[in-house]
Amino acid sequence: MPESLLYGTEVVLNGLMAGVLYALVALGFVLIYKASGIFNYAQGVLSLFAAMTLVGIMNGQIPFAHLINAALGTEIHHFGWHINALVAILLTMVVMVGVAWCVQRFVFRHLIGQEPIILFMATIGLAYFLEGLGDIMWGSDIKKLDVGLPQGGSLWIEENTQWLGFGNENFYGFFLDRLDLIATVIAALLVIALVAVSQYTKHGRAMRAVADDHQAALSVGISLNFIWVFVWSIAGFVALVAGIIWGAKSGVQFSLSLIALKALPVLMLGGFTSIPGAIIGGLIIGVGEKLFEFTVGPLVGGATENWFAYVLALIFLVFRPQGLMGEKIIERV
Amino acid sequence: MLQVAQPQETLLEVNNIEVIYNHVILVLKGVSLSVPKGGITALLGGNGAGKTTTLKAISGLLKSERGEVTKGTITYQGKNLIGADPAGIVRSGVIQVMEGRHCFEHLTVEENLLTGAYTQAGAKQIADDLEMVYNYFPRLKERRRSQAGYTSGGEQQMVAIGRALMSRPEMILLDEPSMGLAPQLVEQIFEIVKSVNENEGVTFLLAEQNTSVALRYAHSGYILESGRVVMDGLAADLRENPDVKEFYLGMSDDGRKSFRDVRSYRRRKRWLA
Repeated sequence: MPESLLYGTEVVLNGLMAGVLYALVALGFVLIYKASGIFNYAQGVLSLFAAMTLVGIMNGQIPFAHLINAALGTEIHHFGWHINALVAILLTMVVMVGVAWCVQRFVFRHLIGQEPIILFMATIGLAYFLEGLGDIMWGSDIKKLDVGLPQGGSLWIEENTQWLGFGNENFYGFFLDRLDLIATVIAALLVIALVAVSQYTKHGRAMRAVADDHQAALSVGISLNFIWVFVWSIAGFVALVAGIIWGAKSGVQFSLSLIALKALPVLMLGGFTSIPGAIIGGLIIGVGEKLFEFTVGPLVGGATENWFAYVLALIFLVFRPQGLMGEKIIERV
Repeated sequence: MLQVAQPQETLLEVNNIEVIYNHVILVLKGVSLSVPKGGITALLGGNGAGKTTTLKAISGLLKSERGEVTKGTITYQGKNLIGADPAGIVRSGVIQVMEGRHCFEHLTVEENLLTGAYTQAGAKQIADDLEMVYNYFPRLKERRRSQAGYTSGGEQQMVAIGRALMSRPEMILLDEPSMGLAPQLVEQIFEIVKSVNENEGVTFLLAEQNTSVALRYAHSGYILESGRVVMDGLAADLRENPDVKEFYLGMSDDGRKSFRDVRSYRRRKRWLA
């Protein structure tokens, strides 16, 4: 195989894995948008908050320690225990369901029937609130998240793909990050689970019903409040998974919340209302930006990854506003 | 149609309700009606008379439209319905089929029907109910896998009624089933309503602008005019009433009248109020 083709393949593989992660973040948006028509600006912060909570719980940090110490003059910081990662993830999930309930109970219940722009503004407020709450609860320092996911390149894959070079001395086999591989598997499983829940369960069906017609959903006895808590919980869970993976990559810090921005072009490309669209959009953008950087990048001085996705999405918007797989707007005359 | 001689058990009692939208717009100005168990009761009147509002007041859907019952009582089997949440009302056996069908467009016909069973438990029972609905609407069985948004108006009306049946209701509030449908289809829908009423014992409260069809299928009726009940009685009596004939059926003793001659409409009906 010629060298450039081998490198190209490696780039595509890495792009696919990055794409799965983008898709994962985009999924959180799609779920909430589908069920309630809310574009959730806070999705990225939700990831940050989930990751911070996970680290805090694992390390036995006392929440609001600074606040308590300042108010009572005590010097407490840790419970003095470490919790198993799996248990901590479950506990974090409980916290995220709590967040979902609070968001519904104290914010969106009062905004039923308001304009989408008002709901959007509310999520911006929510984003900053959660960001502050996370800092107060767990401290604003950069934290290391280690839930036991493997790190570094996979030697096994390198060794077992070396033969593809057919004696080419410069080719050492494909370099694939093990964390990326695991993340891809987790994300794929999560996506399958989400599709299964929304297609084949009673509450999944109710969720799609609510997305179609609030009034009709109410009329058949579906509780909007319950469905919205349900959806925000799932979005919280997706945010947690994304937070774990990105947190393991680059530490838990504020910039984690910016991964939400990466999801925007994915959504434009795939369509705001489609779960498969989010996945395919993520893959296209992941592969596209890596390939573009690999081929065109050197000609224009690199750093194309920063803008490629947005330009691609923009071009797409012009020709297919509902996105690749967005719901067709059904109009009957 | 039905000879009502014996006193019937009252299923739903609406007593002098007032409804206000947005805290200012008074829509219902004291509506009272009682719906006998096992019957088809028609709620008649023109646009804006308050038919839909009355139904939504009963089903609890007013709240999501910023409407509020400010006076009066609604009791269903002795239980107060005002302030109850819509899901609870569906559980207690009253379900509304909204005007304009309101199918879940992106769900298939079958999924639409299954959402109707949201308050029900038991896979076997739900499967049986689905079969029952398909028996009433064989057309839906043929189209079970199509997206509801792409089915015809008549099929959507069937989906909406079938979906309501899936909740095992005691009473269906049916809002304007004839809207936008061809006369033949209207007749078909009403035939099905009648057979559901007779075979399943489901009580219907039916809001309808199409007075002549409604009065042929209903047992009794109420006529609403700008938020008030102006007349009520057995369907057979209403059909024969000269004012109903003139104002709602477009007939008079001298046969069909041209619309121009119905000018005296407003003045003449005043005594009704």
